[in-house]
Amino acid sequence: MSVFVALTFSGVALGAIYFLAASGLSLIYGLMDILNFAHGLFMTLGAYAAWDVATHVPVSWGAPFVFVVALVAAVAGGALAAGLTEVLVIRPLYGRPVSQILVTIGLDLAVTGLLLGGFGSNSLSVPVPLWMMEASHIGGVNLPNADFVALLGGVVILVALEWFLRRTRYGIIIRAGVENRAMVSALGINVARAFSVVFVIGGAMAGVAGLLYAVVFSGDLISPTQGDSLLIFAFIVVVIGGLGSIRGSAIAALMVGLVQDYTNFYWGSHSGMAEIGNLSVVLLLALVLEWRPRGLFGSTL
Amino acid sequence: MKLTRSLVFGGALLVFFAALPYIGLHVAWVLPSTVNVVNSTGTLEVLALCFIFAGVALGYDVIFGFTGLLSLGPVMYFATGVYVFDITLTRWNWPLAPALALTFGVSLVLAVVLGAIALRVSGIAFTMVTLAFAQAFYYLIEDNPHGLTGGDTGLALSSVRLPEFMSGAVSNTRNLYWIAFGFLVVAYAVVWLVTESATGHVLVAIRENERRLEVLGIEPFRYKLAAYTLSSMVATGGGVAYILLIGTAVPSAVASTTVTLSILIMVVLGGAGTRWGAVTGAMLYVYLQQYLLKVAAEPSFASMPSVLRVPLSQPQFLLGTIFVLFVIFVPGGLAGLASRRSRSLKVTQREGRRRV
Repeated sequence: MSVFVALTFSGVALGAIYFLAASGLSLIYGLMDILNFAHGLFMTLGAYAAWDVATHVPVSWGAPFVFVVALVAAVAGGALAAGLTEVLVIRPLYGRPVSQILVTIGLDLAVTGLLLGGFGSNSLSVPVPLWMMEASHIGGVNLPNADFVALLGGVVILVALEWFLRRTRYGIIIRAGVENRAMVSALGINVARAFSVVFVIGGAMAGVAGLLYAVVFSGDLISPTQGDSLLIFAFIVVVIGGLGSIRGSAIAALMVGLVQDYTNFYWGSHSGMAEIGNLSVVLLLALVLEWRPRGLFGSTL
Repeated sequence: MKLTRSLVFGGALLVFFAALPYIGLHVAWVLPSTVNVVNSTGTLEVLALCFIFAGVALGYDVIFGFTGLLSLGPVMYFATGVYVFDITLTRWNWPLAPALALTFGVSLVLAVVLGAIALRVSGIAFTMVTLAFAQAFYYLIEDNPHGLTGGDTGLALSSVRLPEFMSGAVSNTRNLYWIAFGFLVVAYAVVWLVTESATGHVLVAIRENERRLEVLGIEPFRYKLAAYTLSSMVATGGGVAYILLIGTAVPSAVASTTVTLSILIMVVLGGAGTRWGAVTGAMLYVYLQQYLLKVAAEPSFASMPSVLRVPLSQPQFLLGTIFVLFVIFVPGGLAGLASRRSRSLKVTQREGRRRV
């Protein structure tokens, strides 16, 4: 039983990170019809920004504060990368959706290549507070503290995003744009600015996802290609949840995280297949799409 | 008239590349190998790799460029060619003919079954499903089920059951070059026949307006599945030629999504929806990749300031940047550039410059 609880908890934490990675993708797709392959790059760049800042901040400031600074750097790094991408390569290609997808693929390859050249393919270690490497003993189960951070991050972002989309002017413009972009621009509202806003927000969340993924699941290590593997799962989450739906992404992210965790534990050791968790996620995607080709939550926000 | 001209041009290229292993010309600078002789082993190997990916890109162009379906799964069928062929020869010790038959049989079944599942959805969802399947396939290979694939360490091809002239010995590079070239010629012929046929016209019609086709009473699904299967089988052929040439199968090199993205880039660089474009784009891409690596390894490079040296020594960075610039500024790829120029030579003054 305690194993099951621990497993569920780590599955939920994984789901929280998938949600952070996927929600930005989903918003960008919903509003702009762009399958953003550079999203994995935003995650990687966020993680590298965090690493760069955290290793330059004096240790005397205290580990928790350094981590907060790193988190801020991840947000800023991801947002900046996304903003530049939108302005420099996406904007010249409005009205050519396939070209927009292609350009993000090229950008991802190019900048990942640059990171490989600059930092090498070896992993770098992000400094985190000691507390986050320990586990809390709650109700007879050991739960890793880092998972709590991931979970907290996921919930805070979900609530903030829902508030932003429902209560602010820009949020309402974005939701309206997802529903009917032509109508919104016909009403004289600058949709192009909403595009930039969505990209920057998506990039900021991607940056957080990149850092938290490193902290929670790869032993504080970051590498130039970490975003690519996370991106595939983010795509799967977005498609299962329904393109453009934030709640769909949240639920799909939980499903994917849990399925991956359970199958890895219960079948991975018996079958001797280390990748069974990943395979089962792909199977889940195929099943959901056969049942509901538009994903669980269609295309409403 | 146009047909005669392209036949003459194609024939000349055919003769040139088939005879190339006999040309011992010295050429400075441009060769991708450190030996400046056209028929050196290194150059022949790179050219053979160019041919293989040209064939695979051509096959991919049928589904992406002609039919307009953005599949992100071609690497799966390439990897099928590499691994099934490798496993049957190396692990099971089968002779060549049954090994080939099994390889293409597996690829056919996979393509029809997975293609039928993926084609139930359209647009972006189709793209994602093909990507997910290919990724699952990659995980499967990495997992080394029953010790078949060798996992991360890869699986070297055993040439015990191969005919003497095909084995990976250095003296056989010339033969492997011809095998790769033969694959490209066959792939080109098949793609040419299909895209020029009535079926080919239906494929283009699917790209242009699928709804209209349905209204005309033509069921697009089976045509899409046929295009998907054809492009998959061509990729499998490329995989077989690849493992013969390279001799080792490593998942990151033959089964990862990066390979799919490279194939996509080749087609777009050359010009999607054109046969020459796909071939030229692929040849140029593979050549540049190898050539840039060679240049980056030169001693004069090490003395450059790191601001220049780091980006210039990463072919991935340079090719990615070229690709981005092409997508933004040269929408039709190399083929679009060529046809725009020839058109503008003929009709410009009257018609003005057309925007593509």
